[in-house]
Amino acid sequence: MTGAPAAWAARLWRGVVWYLRELSGEARYDHYVERMRREHPDRTPLGEREFLRERERHEREHPNTSCCC
Amino acid sequence: MDTAASAASQPAPQTAYTPEEERRVIRNTRGLPIGIKPKMVWTWPKAIIWALVAITCAIGWSVLALARGERISAVWFLVVALCSYAIAYRFYAYYIQIKIMRTNDANATPAERVHDGANFERADRRVLFGQHFAAISGAGPLVGPILAAQMGYLPSVLWIILGVIFAGAVQDMLMLWISAKRRGRSFGQMATDEMGKIGGVIISVFLVVVTAIAMAFLALVAIKAMASSPWAVFSLGMTIPIALVMGCYERFLRPGRVIETTALGFVLLVAAIVGGGMIASNPTLAPIFTLDAKQLVVALVVYSFAAAALPHWLLVTPRDYLSTLMKIGTLALLVVGIVIANPQVDMPGISTLAARSDGPTFSGNLFPFLFITIACGALSGFHGAVSSGLTPKAVEKENQIRMIGYGSMLVESFTAIIALIAAITISQGVYFSLNMSAPQIEAAAGSAYSASASPEQNAVAAVGNMDVKDIEGNQMQVTWQSHGTTYKGAEALTQAAHDVGEESIVSRTGGATTFAIGMANFLKSYLGGEGTMAFWYHFAIMFEALFILTTVDNGTRVARYQIGDLLGNVRRLRRFADPTWRPGNLVTTFIATAAWGTMLYMGVADANGGINAMVPIFGISNQLLAAGCLMLVTVCVVKAGLTKYAWIPAVPLAWDVAVTFTADFQKIFDPQLGYFAAASAWRAKIDSGALDPAALAAAHASLSNAYLDGALSVFFLVMMTAFLAVGLKVCVATVRSRRYGVEFTSEDPFVESSWFAPSGLLATKLERKARAEYELMTGAAARVDERRDEDLDDDAEARPLAGVAVGVPA
Repeated sequence: MTGAPAAWAARLWRGVVWYLRELSGEARYDHYVERMRREHPDRTPLGEREFLRERERHEREHPNTSCCC
Repeated sequence: MDTAASAASQPAPQTAYTPEEERRVIRNTRGLPIGIKPKMVWTWPKAIIWALVAITCAIGWSVLALARGERISAVWFLVVALCSYAIAYRFYAYYIQIKIMRTNDANATPAERVHDGANFERADRRVLFGQHFAAISGAGPLVGPILAAQMGYLPSVLWIILGVIFAGAVQDMLMLWISAKRRGRSFGQMATDEMGKIGGVIISVFLVVVTAIAMAFLALVAIKAMASSPWAVFSLGMTIPIALVMGCYERFLRPGRVIETTALGFVLLVAAIVGGGMIASNPTLAPIFTLDAKQLVVALVVYSFAAAALPHWLLVTPRDYLSTLMKIGTLALLVVGIVIANPQVDMPGISTLAARSDGPTFSGNLFPFLFITIACGALSGFHGAVSSGLTPKAVEKENQIRMIGYGSMLVESFTAIIALIAAITISQGVYFSLNMSAPQIEAAAGSAYSASASPEQNAVAAVGNMDVKDIEGNQMQVTWQSHGTTYKGAEALTQAAHDVGEESIVSRTGGATTFAIGMANFLKSYLGGEGTMAFWYHFAIMFEALFILTTVDNGTRVARYQIGDLLGNVRRLRRFADPTWRPGNLVTTFIATAAWGTMLYMGVADANGGINAMVPIFGISNQLLAAGCLMLVTVCVVKAGLTKYAWIPAVPLAWDVAVTFTADFQKIFDPQLGYFAAASAWRAKIDSGALDPAALAAAHASLSNAYLDGALSVFFLVMMTAFLAVGLKVCVATVRSRRYGVEFTSEDPFVESSWFAPSGLLATKLERKARAEYELMTGAAARVDERRDEDLDDDAEARPLAGVAVGVPA
């Protein structure tokens, strides 16, 4: 029984980290690599830096609306 | 209660359905379980829980409504809000889901149909909920309820809660729904598709104007709190170097480490707030950072033009991180703070000002101006643009629309409730001293006004002269609690200013200062105690100002693209529609900045402080845009053949039209409230030649403000009347010709989904079974990613997401 709270806390911690990484967009690169691996195993995915620059360029050219009030 | 933990402890996926459950599982043609039919399953424990929620809700409302002559705890507001939201979400939103949205998980959402990996990427429902909330929440709900509180808490709390349940959240959810059914098209595009070219153009123009007004108004609120405050100016100014440090850190040192970068930024931010206190108490440095309102306007405009020209990763993106963190983190801290501090309400349920039209924070009768003033916390038209932006392109399943659309708006309304609590728990005398401009104090004090007395003494005289009672029925008082002592009168105001680290807090109109004092009271109760009042006050000012600066940046950027798009419609200016054309970018940025900058400067120069003149124009524009959203939704509902249920968007539409059109008419024609009446009064004053040069300049500013706001009111009225007329015509034509159904709208035809995801925040037992079966059938279970947490019930272990489209989209 002593291990249960620790395991529970560890799971909670991993859950929080998962949520923050998803919410902040930090996990986006991982998803990209995963998708490339699955759908285009023959191509080498972009490195993280290149990926982030591409992403930034894309966002600059396609701005999204967030609320101003 | 089926907790997530119990699922995790079951090693083997359990896929045996009861016959009852089997009937609810939606399968596609390949036999994959891709969703669960929504159904209300009643069990005894559930019935008892809902009965308890309903009873608590009823008790809470009666406490708020019937409290007379005794102080009540502010925790009741939280109880009432949460219980009402829970009931509305579970029953009314569900009713709308079943009757209007008829969400069907067999149908693929845009994220699954297009799936380009750029914008159309599936996002986990809980993540998307957070992102959608961060996108819709702004500083508006923190300002409106504070200004509205002059009429007492009851009208405000009623409208914030009932308004969000029947209007605001309905609008957000249905806008998200129609956009998700139309491949994530934007508000303007949908208006064009469903209501013709005129409808689309009206919405596009309206959005630009509303954006500019909202930016000018919110920037004015921030400036009112920062003017002549070296502490606030320093700490906010420091956010620029902090953002630069963060930007470089993320770009060059640790690419993509957003959480680390944000944590670093937050530490620096706290250091900047502490440093601000040292600056403010330093006699040589303090004057350098003491800027008046006009200087701040110039600084803000120059800064925001520069921010738009610099690369995003350097300034805008890192500041976005900080303000998102502050937004969500501070909200959580505040709720805990209210429960622990358990403040008592000082403001009566209905004050004498509720029956008058000359209250100081906003002018006009309760109907319609209270609703105009509260604006975004209950209903916000701008959310229509957000709900048709990124969210519909990322939603995984149709059944999640209720949680994301309706749920996020409920949280937004909850922020408005917190702002209201901040305003009604400080001493009423302090509230009015903060929220009356100098001329208003002079007028209210009457014969007790003395030009040689301090602003504090005059404010106390004005408060004593006003016919406003506190919750116990006595004349309201200026009191302030500090370190166990209760101060009264002018001393209270001096002590309050001293406690928050300011020279003076009198006439800090706009609501930001009131909110910050309330917030500091809640936070110091459990984080640091009495001595930290000044820190928390400036933390709160920083919170609002950061919010507003982010808004101004985003708004400038969005307005610039909208202007580019509009100009691009003209044949010879087509190139402006290309967002990569730099000269065009500079021109459109300049137009956007000039538009809100001018309005802001005029507001600051106004003789009455500008807030009073700008609140109604801000509220009216926003609420009229909401009428536009609700009209569009009504058209879509009628076209879908659901005329029987069209009352769901049509009733809030009718109410909103009544509110906005009454307010707009009064602002144009009323001899007391009207902008044109105000303009002729200022003209008469100027022509009389009795004003000294400073007053003359202020009067000129007020005159042009009145003309501008009057012209805008007329413009709004004409545009929205045309839009509503087009909408009604489309509805009538549809009903007459009985042309109902998908083929007569721009809705995408059915495409089969092959994806499973739960609908609510927590997966139900049945959803977990279906997911286990789904994973077994697709073989996804074999690729369980160990980084993911089973405790979160993750349904998306093998989500084929990608940040950038594999073959980068156009």
